[in-house]
Amino acid sequence: MWSILLNSNTQWVLLSTAILGIAAGTIGSLAYWKRQSLMSDALAHAALPGVIIAFLLFKVKHLFVLITGAAISAVIGAFFIQGIRSSTRIKEDTAMGMILSIFYGFGIMLLTIANRTSGNQSGLNNFILGQSASMVQSDVWTMSILAILVVSIVVIGFKEWKIYLFDRQFASGLGLPLKGMDVVYTILLVTTIVVGIQAVGVILIAALLIIPAVSARYWTHSFQTMVIISALFGGASGTIGTLISAIGNGWPTGPFIVVLAASFFIISLIFGKEKGILVQYWQMKHHKKQEIIQSIPTSVLKKEVQ
Amino acid sequence: MNEVVLEVKNLTAAYQKNTVLRDVNFQVEAGSLTGIVGPNGAGKSTLIKTMLALHPVLSGEVHFFGSTYKKMKKRIGYVPQRGSVDWDFPTIALDVVMMGLYGQIGWLRRPTKTHQRMAFEALDKMGMADYANRQISQLSGGQQQRVFLARALVQNADIYFMDEPLAGVDAATERAIMKILDELKAAGKTVMVVHHDLQTVADYFDHVLFLNRTVIKHGKTNDVYTEDNIATTYGGSIRLIGGRIGNVVHPVKQ
Repeated sequence: MWSILLNSNTQWVLLSTAILGIAAGTIGSLAYWKRQSLMSDALAHAALPGVIIAFLLFKVKHLFVLITGAAISAVIGAFFIQGIRSSTRIKEDTAMGMILSIFYGFGIMLLTIANRTSGNQSGLNNFILGQSASMVQSDVWTMSILAILVVSIVVIGFKEWKIYLFDRQFASGLGLPLKGMDVVYTILLVTTIVVGIQAVGVILIAALLIIPAVSARYWTHSFQTMVIISALFGGASGTIGTLISAIGNGWPTGPFIVVLAASFFIISLIFGKEKGILVQYWQMKHHKKQEIIQSIPTSVLKKEVQ
Repeated sequence: MNEVVLEVKNLTAAYQKNTVLRDVNFQVEAGSLTGIVGPNGAGKSTLIKTMLALHPVLSGEVHFFGSTYKKMKKRIGYVPQRGSVDWDFPTIALDVVMMGLYGQIGWLRRPTKTHQRMAFEALDKMGMADYANRQISQLSGGQQQRVFLARALVQNADIYFMDEPLAGVDAATERAIMKILDELKAAGKTVMVVHHDLQTVADYFDHVLFLNRTVIKHGKTNDVYTEDNIATTYGGSIRLIGGRIGNVVHPVKQ
């Protein structure tokens, strides 16, 4: 086990999945308040055909090429969802469900073709459930730089993002370019998704965006703290999940990352100081006690009358 | 007559295929406090949103201080309906008020102590000093409305638009808000308020704009706030209780 940890490639991969988790936790908090958690899942699935098409076209497995394809495909998916929602009577959740499954199905179809035609067994299967062990140095760099960029953009414009999420109408009155911010938000979301698909996989990357944010909600009443906690949960899930996968030698990374994120969620749900189950139970019990104490004199009085 | 600060010409706006506002024309003079009244679906909120470029204009023009909305944005304050935001958002009252200062603070900059003090003073003015650090989800409806008003106050705009600030608030909040509106008026600011309570229109506003898809009547309250105009606007019958306007039946005009 320790020999794996001492391997410098493993260390780099761990660092990059930590940064990825931080980026996902940050953007996930934005998505949570934009009420678009499910959108990230749809976009992640929609990214798959792009990965395969990019591979079929350029015959290289360079991460930057593949995630560019993934990003284009995800954005096309987003346009379809937007188009269906605004020009038909179909609601957004249905549109997302349709696009998610159609793009994913199409991606799997292309993947089968790619695996048959290219003899080298491409390793494209890793993009479905994630395989951080397959990452090389250049992949690590691509992923880390993009993820850091995403986090920086959120941090620099933090107060603008806050009002953008809380009160769009007022933000517009202040002169914030809402349409532009919508575009930047989508770019950030898509970037986070596509840089994460090699390590976490298209099926599960959305979990890394959604779960840390909801877990963080149980610990704070401040948006800033929520984003920080969410980033920490995301980073921890990414690192520990990758570590377990590395020890297992060939185990898919995505599922472990998600299981870890889910454990953080369960801990938050139970022990969280803001409306966690235990805290609520104690508050309720305390309240009940107070009520009983206050009501004793009257009940005693009633008995005496009878 | 005072300087005209807002001029709306032949304004038309629609949702999908339904025209909500047709050929709206009016002028508002500086320092006036106008109540916008009309039945549900008359387009009161849409009128405000259209003037503030939050809703697309089909045709017509809106001029603020003889110029366009875009150029005069900084001089315009807006208090949206309380229900238009998610009060579960994790932030405190002081932070929401601070949002009114974002324009002054400058983009991508952090607020300073001075800004915090300004925001706190505005909250204090609304009688909300004790709640500055309170989570907004824990505030009552009336308190949330006061926070919204405080946020508009720190903007220090010259013309304010308020969408139903008195809807669903308690008597104390209603008094507090009306006191502020009177102060704004005294300071020479122009205020337009969407209002739903016909009983109080005459007491609260010096001008009334009757709206039902278009301007039915607009002018000084003393001149235009008559039973006839109310009946025309609401398209129904009104009953008088003790010489005051009591119950109004208002079917929505199609």
